[in-house]
Amino acid sequence: MKYLSNVASLEIFPERCVGCGICIEVCPHGVFAMENKKAVILDRDQCMECGACVNNCAFKALNVNKGVGCAAAVINSIVSGGEPSCDCSGKNKNGDCC
Amino acid sequence: MAELKFIKMSSEKERSAWVTGTIMTDAAAIPIVSTDLAPSDYWENIRCRTTAFRNNYTVTPGLYAVGAPDKASDVFVSANYKLSFDVLRKALKGLNAWVLVLDTKGINVWCAAGKGTFGTDELVQRISLTQLDRVVNHNKIIVPQLGAPGISAYGVKKASGFKVSYGPVRAEDIRAYIAAGYQATGEMRTVTFPLFDRLILTPMEINPAMKKYYPWYALIILSIFGLQPGGIFFREALVGGLPFLLLGLISVIAGALVTPVLLPFIPFRSFAVKGWITGLLAIFLSTTFIAMFRHLNTVLLISTYLFFPLASSYIALQFTGASTFTGISGVKKELKMSIPLYISGVVVSLILLLVYKLGEWRVL
Repeated sequence: MKYLSNVASLEIFPERCVGCGICIEVCPHGVFAMENKKAVILDRDQCMECGACVNNCAFKALNVNKGVGCAAAVINSIVSGGEPSCDCSGKNKNGDCC
Repeated sequence: MAELKFIKMSSEKERSAWVTGTIMTDAAAIPIVSTDLAPSDYWENIRCRTTAFRNNYTVTPGLYAVGAPDKASDVFVSANYKLSFDVLRKALKGLNAWVLVLDTKGINVWCAAGKGTFGTDELVQRISLTQLDRVVNHNKIIVPQLGAPGISAYGVKKASGFKVSYGPVRAEDIRAYIAAGYQATGEMRTVTFPLFDRLILTPMEINPAMKKYYPWYALIILSIFGLQPGGIFFREALVGGLPFLLLGLISVIAGALVTPVLLPFIPFRSFAVKGWITGLLAIFLSTTFIAMFRHLNTVLLISTYLFFPLASSYIALQFTGASTFTGISGVKKELKMSIPLYISGVVVSLILLLVYKLGEWRVL
């Protein structure tokens, strides 16, 4: 299953990549592959912008606009003016979070 | 102070039914947990899947033991949502291991990692609070792969000396992961979203839709149909309103149950479009084959076709939060396009209802 095409904000900076492969290890959707000892983006449309790769890349060779792909969270942020975040931290007791 | 808090937490842990004993370590007495789930654990699992019960279903953060671990045993990290903890302890059956539970405010690993509560700071702090370096004689901790959005492995190493190994996505693959020399296959590293997983998430889509929107919808429908020149009448409210109350239910089912279950089979990638198509089909089938809806007045029928598929679409869009593959850029794009349509659809539907009412009162 794939989500919308050409929207994911994932970027790779090959000049910083040392080919450690941690992005391939943590990506839950097989977005990356190794080519000539450097990570490459195999299929950007598979990226769900979870930020696992960026968080674990010690060489800052990746960038993504990390966030929750959750309509309720984005709507909440429009209503409240804050950052998109679902009410899953236990503050909300209505049971209507993600 | 931290020590005192830890002792207090330990005594709380020991009261739980799934704690079968304690094991002495150089740091503290650690509770041993059962790897068999009790009937009550399964019953609570069902309650988590269907109600707000899940909002307060926690395990005390800290260190636990499975089997009879020693200083060389593996350390698995988990969240303090009891459902996550249960999945892990069940998967560790027959192994001797340590389980380090982080304080994720009762949220599962993946969601908590997205929020950062399952994060580098919390992991480093929990390693220090539990004095993990005195419990084990190695420096490896196994973190579930879906914790990676919150954890920076190199950051943990720098701050605590412990080296993070990312385990498989699913706890059930842990044995195979260990057997392969702590290597996960591509399959173990990939998140899927099979039919059963989609289905068990639907009650928590239907439940909030029914609680949050449906009562207001029912109130508006009954008021509109009950409103007559002579006052509000119950009989008119029910006779005129009932078909629409049922169509409302049908569109909730189309958006919150049918769309998630049939997700990969409904054309287009947008959840809003998928929900709209399912809603449209549901309304077409209902108004064609169910006698009650067959004799709707033309104005009401137009309004029905306009409003209900949009309602299904909005409800289906909420499922992006439960899905395993949607990103925030896509969700923002969908909302940007669909919210103006939802608002104008509701406004036009209300105008059509008004036209119908005026006709009924012979004003037009």
